[in-house]
Amino acid sequence: MKYTEDDLEKELENQEYKYGFYTDIESETFAKGLNEDVVRAISKKKNEPEWMTEWRLEAFRVWKTMEEPDWANVHYAKPKFQDIAYYSAPKKKPKLNSLDEVDPELLDTFKRLGISLDEQKRLANVAVDIVMDSVSVATTFKKTLGEKGIIFMPISEAIQEHPELVKKYLGTVVPIKDNFYAALNSAVFSDGSFCYIPKGVKCPMELSTYFRINEGGTGQFERTLLVADKGSYVSYLEGCTAPERDENQLHAAVVEIIVMDDAEVKYSTVQNWYPGNKEGKGGVYNFVTKRAICETNAKVSWTQVETGSAVTWKYPSCILKGNYSVGEFYSIAVTNNHQQADTGTKMIHLGKNTKSTIISKGISAGKSQNSYRGLVQINKRATNSRNFSQCDSLLMGNECGAHTFPYIEAKNTSAHIEHEATTSKIGEDQLFYCNQRGIDTEKAIALIVNGFSKEVLNKLPMEFAVEAQKLLEISLEGSVG
Amino acid sequence: MLHIQNLHASIDDKEILKGIDLNVKAGEVHAIMGPNGAGKSTMANIIAGKEEYEITQGNITLEGEDISELAPEERAHKGVFLSFQYPVEIPGVTVTNFIKTAINETRKAKGLEDMPAKDMLKMIREKAALLEMDRKFLSRSLNQGFSGGEKKRNEIFQMAMLEPKLAILDETDSGLDIDALRIVANGVNKLKSKNNAVIVITHYQRLLDYIKPDFVHVLYDGKIVKSGDASLALELEEKGYDWIKKELA
Ligand SMILES: Nc1ncnc2c1ncn2[C@@H]1O[C@H](COP(=O)(O)OP(=O)(O)OP(=O)(O)O)[C@@H](O)[C@H]1O
Ligand SMILES: [Mg+2]
Repeated sequence: MKYTEDDLEKELENQEYKYGFYTDIESETFAKGLNEDVVRAISKKKNEPEWMTEWRLEAFRVWKTMEEPDWANVHYAKPKFQDIAYYSAPKKKPKLNSLDEVDPELLDTFKRLGISLDEQKRLANVAVDIVMDSVSVATTFKKTLGEKGIIFMPISEAIQEHPELVKKYLGTVVPIKDNFYAALNSAVFSDGSFCYIPKGVKCPMELSTYFRINEGGTGQFERTLLVADKGSYVSYLEGCTAPERDENQLHAAVVEIIVMDDAEVKYSTVQNWYPGNKEGKGGVYNFVTKRAICETNAKVSWTQVETGSAVTWKYPSCILKGNYSVGEFYSIAVTNNHQQADTGTKMIHLGKNTKSTIISKGISAGKSQNSYRGLVQINKRATNSRNFSQCDSLLMGNECGAHTFPYIEAKNTSAHIEHEATTSKIGEDQLFYCNQRGIDTEKAIALIVNGFSKEVLNKLPMEFAVEAQKLLEISLEGSVG
Repeated sequence: MLHIQNLHASIDDKEILKGIDLNVKAGEVHAIMGPNGAGKSTMANIIAGKEEYEITQGNITLEGEDISELAPEERAHKGVFLSFQYPVEIPGVTVTNFIKTAINETRKAKGLEDMPAKDMLKMIREKAALLEMDRKFLSRSLNQGFSGGEKKRNEIFQMAMLEPKLAILDETDSGLDIDALRIVANGVNKLKSKNNAVIVITHYQRLLDYIKPDFVHVLYDGKIVKSGDASLALELEEKGYDWIKKELA
């Protein structure tokens, strides 16, 4: 049979979401809608101190004055913000020290997701802080970390146990007013992670959090705050997948990272939320604000593999404030069917001799639209700063789109900025060549896509890279008959 | 081993192969020569299973089995190998990773486990040595930035790794320098046995000086118009194709 790009496209349409299921753990959910009372209730539910409640209320007031942005190259029915329940927590709210105490049904869910915790613990030496429907239900490896003085816990706990740290840093990188979704998140965030690495400490393990959305119709507003004190190092992993639902699920997370002098943070994400069915119905809206601030000689690397969500709006950014600070952004974004992704980064060079690298790989299939949007801004003071950007797009079929929007603002003449962009298609000849060597078309596509994404995959921690590679294959699976 | 009977093939209603008959037995080397555009590569591609050509008549059997309906990878699993006239580039996929995938996919099709990494490595080293390949090529992206000659040598390296029953070499000599030609040809000779067969497509006698053909065929305008022994190639080298065209006219 002759295999054409039309066939490929047809097959891609039929791809089913692998992890399409959800558990029926009893949940307690607030009535839909958002007002000051709801914000207060969330804060009360979490037993928060006064300053936190006030902070949320201020965010809510700011949010009310803001409008949802529409400059991104994505088109969707705007969420009805009064139609969302802003809090949902598993009713059996367990404080757990070991896996034995975890709801067996929940454990089963994790197994089906292939993220069996005990296996993770045994094999991967990873401390896992699971965020299940906005409330953390298990925390592991706390002890090992504790010995090093590392704090890694749900942010709600950190607000109780380390209020001085949270108060000092929350909202300093992504201010309440930053943007519409960040303001919303600040008002209603239900949970997330807090991480503090003390001075000079190298975190001995990859820190990881698994996010899931489980309750139909509830938004998920994660808040992550990561502080790497002077000379410290941490590699942080974040990955997620969600059950199949027929209504749009809004996700507006905020991640703030503070990297102090000589410290280094690696932040890796694998994102695989329900992208909607092949008609483009359902699927997660993913509007994320991620930003890191780097002090002198500090370094941050964002690495992300984005395969899910119906609509993605996400620009992990680096503020290179200190001299000699370094920002890196490595991204793979796969869109299929009717998915839309507008993603990229912002590199804000403030300090002297700052350096940034951007490697973006977009893979589009089906009727999807994949946009890279990047800003490189070299400010007046940022003498001898450099940026290298490379944006590659791989197209499958004729109905998808790849777009690149690079913005460059150089206010210092010593800036050195390089930008490269390529667009390619998987060719019949490449497929035939692989076939001739005994590699079927599905495997060939996986091979070619992995090759295309390699520079980014190589940046992921080993065990994550394998998972990510599988995810790329799954995302494009069923692409041939 | 390979029987081609009255093979007609076309693309976009344009007939390119106009009735090819060819019998290749195990242990034999066949050379196919013929002017540009005669249909040599087309024939090679059709044997390998390229789907854009439509077979309108005739059939292709490999060891008694009709393979003309099989997918290209299935033919590869049965031992068909094509050294491409123009090998394609696959960015980011190393030669090692590619050949590893090819071997393991072929093993999988035969119900075998993946080849243990240790054995794979040993084999890669042996075959790279056989073709006097610089090992740093093995960790480069497949064919990307390879010179013409390097691409061809890499094709034969893959052939050495896959140990096919039927190897079709489409102008493997073009692009090779004099030393490389000798090395690659010797490599092919070492891989030859009484159980496999080789079809060599070439324009020049110089390759046939090394890889001695048992039969030489002239493909002209989609048909094999003349067959003979090794001396036919020498005669063509001397006289060109005009005398054949005249004979036909
Ligand atoms: N995909 C195709 N589409 C259109 N025409 C084709 C296609 N493939 C082959 N042809 C035509 O078929 C004829 C035979 O081509 P082929 O490549 O088989 O020749 P060849 O004998 O290998 O020539 P050369 O010695 O130049 O390599 C040529 O006229 C060529 O243009
Ligand atoms: Mg040819």
